Amino acid sequence: MNAIEKQLYAKPSKNSYIYVISAVLLGLMIWSLFVIDFGSMEESGWAIAKNILLGIVTPDLDFLLDFTTQGVMYLLVETIAIAFLGTILGAMLAIPFAFLSASNVVPKPVAFITRLLLIFIRTVPSLVYGLMFVRVAGQGPFTGVLTIALISIGMLAKLFVDAIEDLDTSIFESMTSIGCTTFEKIRFGIVPQLIAIFLSIGIYRFDMNLREASILGLVGAGGIGAPLIFAMNAYRWNEVGSILIGLVILILIVELWSNYMRNKLVRG
Amino acid sequence: MFDKIFPPKQVVLPNGKTVSEKRSRTPLIFVTVLIAVYLSIRFTNFEFSLLAKRGHEFFAIINEMIPPKWEYLPHLWQPLLDTIMMSILGSVLGSLVAVPIAYLAASNIVKNKVIVMVARIFLSILRTMPTLVSALIATFIFGLGTLAGTIAIFLFTLAYVGKLLYEQIENASMGAFEAMESIGITRIQAFRYAIFPQVLPNYLSTSLFCFEGNVRYAAILGYVGAGGIGLLLDEGLGWRDYASVGMILLMLAITVFLIETVSEYFRKKLI
Repeated sequence: MNAIEKQLYAKPSKNSYIYVISAVLLGLMIWSLFVIDFGSMEESGWAIAKNILLGIVTPDLDFLLDFTTQGVMYLLVETIAIAFLGTILGAMLAIPFAFLSASNVVPKPVAFITRLLLIFIRTVPSLVYGLMFVRVAGQGPFTGVLTIALISIGMLAKLFVDAIEDLDTSIFESMTSIGCTTFEKIRFGIVPQLIAIFLSIGIYRFDMNLREASILGLVGAGGIGAPLIFAMNAYRWNEVGSILIGLVILILIVELWSNYMRNKLVRG
Repeated sequence: MFDKIFPPKQVVLPNGKTVSEKRSRTPLIFVTVLIAVYLSIRFTNFEFSLLAKRGHEFFAIINEMIPPKWEYLPHLWQPLLDTIMMSILGSVLGSLVAVPIAYLAASNIVKNKVIVMVARIFLSILRTMPTLVSALIATFIFGLGTLAGTIAIFLFTLAYVGKLLYEQIENASMGAFEAMESIGITRIQAFRYAIFPQVLPNYLSTSLFCFEGNVRYAAILGYVGAGGIGLLLDEGLGWRDYASVGMILLMLAITVFLIETVSEYFRKKLI
């Protein structure tokens, strides 16, 4: 046995730990296999799969490039509008929440209660909010805006808080020492530190909201989701194909744009 | 472009030199955002008066949810377990399949540009597809039930873990890989012994994180008939049985919280 082999065998063995974890994982997986009932799969499944693929390859081009209120282009613009307005409203609502849950701004108990509230807002799935707002504002894109605004608050506020808690407070002391007023301290001490991070978080959330907005249509909250589900239920696969193509391209473009903007904002 | 329309301000310094200061772009961005907000309001029929008039209805619904209906609890266990099982199976399978695809999409391992491009485009398209939409398609192909939900979660996990994994593979240090290749080990073996140990902790942590998110997603998949607790949510909201909905949401919150705590513990240990 030479020196290298000795060193190799001297390595602490974590094998038993790894085996236990793997066994637990394997057990969980086998246990969850029982959930699958293959009986629900019908013969027609493969035919439908083929039709969907055919629909995506041969989309309904007139429908895809239609700019009237029924066409894919209009629906995509409507989806963007829902996501955009929802993000802006959500961000405006999130800012007070963020300051209320930042432990270096308000007393600890207030911060804790606000945080708890935010966690609960975040846990409720977006579709549930959508269904609740349909009762309030009826079906239509307005409902989508309200839903997106509410679901954005949770994540936006959480990320804003991290930025607020990282504030460099030594700047205020130096500004006080040279006689700045409170307004000047906020304008030149706080805003420049926060604005780039807030904008970058907002753009990131807009990217996510676009996906949310596209599925909220399923509950009647405007956007492209409703036509998608109608087209599917009617087995009009060419329309489904054009909607999916439009959606995927839109989301890809917005994702590229959002990555580019965030890189620019963060790196200055 | 912008600098040509609004020429930079010329400032003469005390020592006689002139420097140019670029004009601020803030007003332009501000105006653009304002226009976008106005257009969005037009497109979405935003009406503040409607919200002021009927906004209390929303809180009325929340009021009915409290207190939750405890008698409903026994009906919840099975769908809740289904939801968790769907997320476990979909996440595990998705993360496993993500490894070979991430291998193919990593440009420092696979030198064939076509394969890399195809693998990346495949991952991008899968990732842009919202989970609910893929679940909807899956219900048409695989029938209503948990199989469709599992497939949707599997696809999302595959895309998400695959993307992060190939980025990590590309950032891994190539020294050991090249050394092993030079002594005649095959590419896949070198990947297994040189790159995989480097990315393993991050890979496991990403998969766990994805699993956490999947439990949330799985909860709503039932809405399109893909199994799990979402079906009950849909029924409860449809029948305006808000006390039961409150119970479901409470159980969901507890489950998500527990899973997040456990997973966070393991993720902290990994990194």
